[in-house]
Amino acid sequence: MSLDGCGAPQQGVDIAVGANEVVLSGKVKSAGGPVGGAFVRLLDSTGEFTAEVVSSPEGDFRFFAAPGTWTVRALHRSGNGQSSVSADGPGVHPVEVAVA
Amino acid sequence: MSREEVLVSAAWSEENLDTPGVVFVEVDEDTTAYDGGHVPGAVKIDWKTELQDPVRRDFVDRAGFEALLSAKGIANSDTVVLYGGNNNWFAAYAYWYFKLYGHDSVKLLDGGRKKWELDGRPLDKDVVRREPTTYTAQDQDLTIRAFRDEVVEAIGDKNLVDVRSPDEFSGKLLAPAHLPQEQAQRGGHIPSAINVPWSKAANEDGTFKSNDELDRIYGEAGFDGSRKTIAYCRIGERSSHTWFALHELLGHGDVKNYDGSWTEYGSLIGVPIELGDGKGN
Repeated sequence: MSLDGCGAPQQGVDIAVGANEVVLSGKVKSAGGPVGGAFVRLLDSTGEFTAEVVSSPEGDFRFFAAPGTWTVRALHRSGNGQSSVSADGPGVHPVEVAVA
Repeated sequence: MSREEVLVSAAWSEENLDTPGVVFVEVDEDTTAYDGGHVPGAVKIDWKTELQDPVRRDFVDRAGFEALLSAKGIANSDTVVLYGGNNNWFAAYAYWYFKLYGHDSVKLLDGGRKKWELDGRPLDKDVVRREPTTYTAQDQDLTIRAFRDEVVEAIGDKNLVDVRSPDEFSGKLLAPAHLPQEQAQRGGHIPSAINVPWSKAANEDGTFKSNDELDRIYGEAGFDGSRKTIAYCRIGERSSHTWFALHELLGHGDVKNYDGSWTEYGSLIGVPIELGDGKGN
């Protein structure tokens, strides 16, 4: 990512995670299968919108967040769904969202 | 300005894909999104390579804009309907840009790609070719564009509306949470700015909230309708979304977008910066 953009990096590929970075990483699924093209929103502990990415064809998404409790909500033409995740410190915190 | 003059629905758009004099234009942050499927007949504008000067950090000049729109087959008399991803962030940026160069009839597709996709409306990959035109632009309308000196002078005077997320506003983050953290040299916000994240202006499906809801949101945040206004974010596209809400939907008369935004302000030497949530905490 560089100065000239605000878009999400490619979802679902390995990245280097800095020592102090809090990363929420996961998949959108439906009936056990991955859902690509879902609009995945990161909501803070008050329900406030923080960020949004589009899931990769394999259903992957990723957020660089701050420590805390987050809600991840996915919207797709096939349905919606959400999950919560507690990220108490640096590292990669997995989360999965089922849409129906 | 009425909402109908500046916004069109996805349903209207689908019904008018072939209407003469209406040109659909997709502008995405992810400039590959168009290639994977676009609104039938829409042309693509790449904001990085076609709206930005290739060397200086600035827009293409008037002649460059004229050449761009001529090559895209857009005439001065056309109604341009802009749409894109990221809840229309860069479509709103392009809308403001078209207004900057004086295009008469330009509208946003309410909800952009997101609403279009959630509705299951058609996308295709056909190559779109339009006959070139001879487009004539106006000089930049600087009543809607703010520069850094004006922003510094506006502290404590004009409405400064910081539309970034609360963690960016407070200085905890330097960029949106879906990005690696980098960019400006310092975090925080311009003193006296209020924080109204752009997302508060949008519904979950990316469409704009009603004018009554928008009035309430900005009013509760401390927006003073009697003052002049400058909106900013990190690089000027989210604040274009808010500029659209304040200027085009709510009709506030003197609203500027500061496209230098935090990547410029947060790297300036010696300007004042405020940390925290702006509420004295």
